[in-house]
Amino acid sequence: MNPLAIIGRATLALIRTAGALAIFSVRGLMAALAPPWYLDQLRAQLLRIGFFSLPVVGLTAVFTGAALALNIYTGGSRFNAEQFVPDIVVLGITRELGPVLASLMLAGRVSAAMAAEIGAMRVTEQIDALKTLSTDPFRFLVAPRVTAAVICVPLLVLVADIIGVFGGYAVSTQTLGFNGATYIRNTMNFVTNWDVISGLIKAAVFGYIIALMGCYHGYNSRRGAQGVGRATTNAVVSAAILIFAANYVLTTLFV
Amino acid sequence: MADTPKISLRGVYKSFGSNHVLRGIDLDLAAGRSLVIIGGSGMGKSVLLKCILGLMHPDKGTICIDNEKVNGLSGRKQAKVMAKFGMLFQGGALFDSLTVWENVAFRLLYADGMKRKQAREHAIAALAQVNLEADTALLRPAELSGGMQKRVGLARAIVARPQIMFFDEPTTGLDPITADVINNLIRRQVSALGATAISITHDMVSARKIADEIAMLYEGKIIWRGPAKDVDHSGNPYVEQFVTGSETGPIKVMAG
Ligand SMILES: Nc1ncnc2c1ncn2[C@@H]1O[C@H](COP(=O)(O)OP(=O)(O)OP(=O)(O)O)[C@@H](O)[C@H]1O
Ligand SMILES: [Mg+2]
Repeated sequence: MNPLAIIGRATLALIRTAGALAIFSVRGLMAALAPPWYLDQLRAQLLRIGFFSLPVVGLTAVFTGAALALNIYTGGSRFNAEQFVPDIVVLGITRELGPVLASLMLAGRVSAAMAAEIGAMRVTEQIDALKTLSTDPFRFLVAPRVTAAVICVPLLVLVADIIGVFGGYAVSTQTLGFNGATYIRNTMNFVTNWDVISGLIKAAVFGYIIALMGCYHGYNSRRGAQGVGRATTNAVVSAAILIFAANYVLTTLFV
Repeated sequence: MADTPKISLRGVYKSFGSNHVLRGIDLDLAAGRSLVIIGGSGMGKSVLLKCILGLMHPDKGTICIDNEKVNGLSGRKQAKVMAKFGMLFQGGALFDSLTVWENVAFRLLYADGMKRKQAREHAIAALAQVNLEADTALLRPAELSGGMQKRVGLARAIVARPQIMFFDEPTTGLDPITADVINNLIRRQVSALGATAISITHDMVSARKIADEIAMLYEGKIIWRGPAKDVDHSGNPYVEQFVTGSETGPIKVMAG
């Protein structure tokens, strides 16, 4: 095999995917922004993405906050800076770990579910059936999911911020000997609105990525159960990678 | 004045890679007529219906509904053309997240914006037409047998009284009595309501009952077409073999 041909083919495939994804996301966005909206579908997705993800996000946050506090304490104690634990914990959680870890967990939970559901609809011709019933699948399937994710993920991350800080607080007061009131006061004095808001902006972008990857891979799945399985895996992996990449880009903008 | 056909296809080609499924289909169907398409498994009957519906895009050729070219439409324009159609998919294609009655009433609820109570009455009436009790209305498609799913799909196809109805194997998987109910139902849609229908079936009993005309698809072309009563003495060896279900004849049973 000619190596140039292999590189060329891979490049073309990449460009083709990027193009297809761009068209898909524009169509999804247009469907989300202009009526008709299927509000009952949106409500169902808000419940599914938002409410039922709370346990996953909460558990992720509390353990992350606790572990973060321990690590910062260890690091800080090397140059007598243990008192900065509350500050670094809240900064780390709100700006970085809250949005990124919560979104990664949601990529596993939500992207996978969307890809599997829409993929199954594709291979059983339900998407074709939608079209014959004069209903645009982008409006009926994609738009509610994208909208719900963009609304829910920031809210979930806000919850994760609070629970994550609490995790740090709990371990600091229980095992590291911090005074509870001082810990809270330090946290509140240190954290800025922008720390929180920039994290929530990230979360909205990640929410878009999560829903888009789930819908895109599901919508384009082929070849029966095997194709749906592949779509599910691809949705999770690509959502996770795009979250990391977007996180880097947004962080460079927000510092 | 010559009637313009309701559905008109000219030189429609469709391939999947090297699999040349449709190889130049010409077909006209007048309004209020019922056409049955017969042909071997994998010959492209379902693909033909999907091309007419715009769910698949033909590689070549034009498809007109009411004299208006419909292939290549998208978005709102396509949705508007779809309002003329009712389609029963071969596999049912019911929405498994919705109940049976919501499936049947889907167009009324989501495309026409009908109130739920009223849409539900329409759905239950359509279910009765396909011999399904009102208490199936609240079940989910996964709780139904294959034949029941087919009938729910049929109810969904006819509930909004479309001008054009496509039935992909409406009676496969049904017992002979229910199949007869369905045959009569399809016949009535055409004779009493003036719908234009294309049905696909392998069941010659059903074909004779439903059809005004029968067409046979073979190797990507319509090789025979005629009034339903002529199908038994078509003079076409392919049709004769298909109708009598014989292993010997011009149609190769196993290639190679
Ligand atoms: N989405 C697709 N991608 C690739 N090939 C396809 C696709 N859909 C159909 N085909 C191919 O097109 C051919 C015709 O398929 P089609 O479903 O129209 O057959 P059919 O005449 O309806 O058969 P049956 O009576 O068994 O339903 C088959 O060879 C099939 O493999
Ligand atoms: Mg078929």
